[in-house]
Amino acid sequence: MRDVLRHHLFWPVAALVALLVANTVARPGFLAVTVRDGHLFGAPIDILRTTAPLLLVALGMTLVIATRGIDLSVGAVVAVSGAVALSHIASSPDPESPVTVLTAIGLALALCLVLGVWNGFLVSALGIQPIIATLILMTAGRGVAMLITGGMITTVNSAPFKVLGSGFWLGLPVAAVIAFGVFAVVAFVVRRTALGMLLEATGINPAASRLSGVRSRTLTWTVYTASGLFAGLAGLLISADTMAADANNAGLFIELDAILAVVIGGTALSGGKFNLSGTLVGALVIATLERTVTVLGISPLVTPLFMALVVIAVTLLQSPRMRERLTAARRRQVMAPPEPQPAARPDSTPDSTEVKAG
Amino acid sequence: MTTSAPAGAPPAPRKTPKARAWKLPIRLDRRYLPVLGTFVVLALMLIIGGTRYENFLTPAVISNLFINNAHLIVLAVGMTFVILTGGIDLSVGSVLALSTVITAALLQAGWPVAVVLPLAVGAGTVIGLAHGVMIHYFQVQPFVATLAGMFFARGLCFLIAPESIAIDNASFVELATWVQIFGEWRMTSSVLVALIVVGLGFLVLHFTRFGRTVYAIGGGEQSALLMGLPVPRTKVLAYVVSGTCAGLGGLLFAMAFRSGYSLTGVGMELDAIAAVVIGGTLLTGGTGFVLGSVLGVLVLGLIQTIITFEGTLSSWWTKIVIGVLLLIFVLLQRVLSLRRT
Repeated sequence: MRDVLRHHLFWPVAALVALLVANTVARPGFLAVTVRDGHLFGAPIDILRTTAPLLLVALGMTLVIATRGIDLSVGAVVAVSGAVALSHIASSPDPESPVTVLTAIGLALALCLVLGVWNGFLVSALGIQPIIATLILMTAGRGVAMLITGGMITTVNSAPFKVLGSGFWLGLPVAAVIAFGVFAVVAFVVRRTALGMLLEATGINPAASRLSGVRSRTLTWTVYTASGLFAGLAGLLISADTMAADANNAGLFIELDAILAVVIGGTALSGGKFNLSGTLVGALVIATLERTVTVLGISPLVTPLFMALVVIAVTLLQSPRMRERLTAARRRQVMAPPEPQPAARPDSTPDSTEVKAG
Repeated sequence: MTTSAPAGAPPAPRKTPKARAWKLPIRLDRRYLPVLGTFVVLALMLIIGGTRYENFLTPAVISNLFINNAHLIVLAVGMTFVILTGGIDLSVGSVLALSTVITAALLQAGWPVAVVLPLAVGAGTVIGLAHGVMIHYFQVQPFVATLAGMFFARGLCFLIAPESIAIDNASFVELATWVQIFGEWRMTSSVLVALIVVGLGFLVLHFTRFGRTVYAIGGGEQSALLMGLPVPRTKVLAYVVSGTCAGLGGLLFAMAFRSGYSLTGVGMELDAIAAVVIGGTLLTGGTGFVLGSVLGVLVLGLIQTIITFEGTLSSWWTKIVIGVLLLIFVLLQRVLSLRRT
């Protein structure tokens, strides 16, 4: 039991379960999944589909945060990606042809890759603080997206593109398959090779890891590029869902949701040790929370309030001070000799305790 | 011409030590370089605008620049305090909205103005205090704590008033429409409040122990702690200052639009941060000036004005230009800090 309580995923999973229970109480058939026309239907499937873009963005964000960075520009990149893809499809003579759609996707992803490279360049080559480096693109990016769409909301009809947003594959939503597929591949690459460890090393101490032969700069550059690419993919999923490129509102606040997902998942913003499974749970918590608010019949406009409460609760429970209290209480129970614990310095990195607990 | 004096005031105190510093060793000078850069950009924009368009360099346009950006000036002053300690406050936009909504809702319910105004500002203070406590005592990252505060305040807005509420309280309207006219210069009550806040911010940062401690924490929290400075109190107070400024900014915003609406100020925190950065304050903390942030706000406001004057330029160029300016200033700061080390 104690081990369960101590597990780093305990509080996020508890929050997710609590939300699901609340939903089931409010609407008993909430968890039911039915098969219709060979596709799976039901609230849980819907949650998986709506989580998809957020999961992709949060995945990139986790890697960036692991290197002590942050990427504020993802929302703008989402908007740019949708704007490029839909503008290309709208201006082509044959919006229904798969070739057009593939070119559009290719163009959008290529541009987002470039935007990611740009962020990486500012952070790793020029050494600009990540918050401010990505703030530049966050501000300018939406302007660029509006430039591409000409300030209008571009809407198109293109069946092949629509599949990305609302299609089904093997009974599952295509968007969810893509997002979870990418997540699985990245998780495999990061955790089954040394890459994850090198990223953590970069985040824990960039100078020391560089001295010990880790190519920190290249790694940092790579994670920003990956973050841009994933945000671009998320932008495609979002624009395919609405079939409209809204430069102002596409992906609005998704960077904040993604950072929340990462934080709820137990990855400290101070970098270093990161937790992809936590991010997955965090993204699910946020998507479920949005769903819960509508199920409970509360105006969706009040969602931010609940989001704030969840974040405050989870971050306070994970905060070093709370952890110290819990550890102290446990130690008194066990009566074990006290091991050296980092003193309660204001700037002691939260993940130093995280490492011990995890 | 009393307005012209405060309008010209921000650069003035900067210039005098600047001119002296030119002759002294360059080390003294460096601190002022980013602010000087902002000042040059501002002057260039004024000159370009003045030569390109008639009626640009008129008291009416300059007065409007202050009138339209009074709330942003107040936000930027509060943000400067937080950024100087090495933190960040993402909640100011939502807290501003919360303050407008509280003002409008309470006035609609018939509360007297003398009670409503302190309450609206106080809401910001309380949220700022909560941020400070979360950040210092629970060691939650400033980014996360104020992000939660941002969502909290925005949700609270919708809980209080999902729809826009008009303000028709007679004494509030009287307060909002108060204007002092000096020839062609106009100064509204909100500009007066903003200038007072700037003055107070300047005095507090440079002439009080609290202000010095703010700089010390930004320079190195550990060292400040070892020096025996009251780090916890100062850090919490910096967020209280920012929250209070956001509450006050909301009041000014409510005065300008005479309504309270939950969706006001979306993304305004970024404008405030951008103004502070363009004004030469380092996001790592420790270096920067309140007056620089005011210059930053004026630069942002001028971009908007020029694009309006240009007429044919679409509004999205504002964002792109702000992004480019941010890039230039960040690169400038980077070059300066590289030379220092």
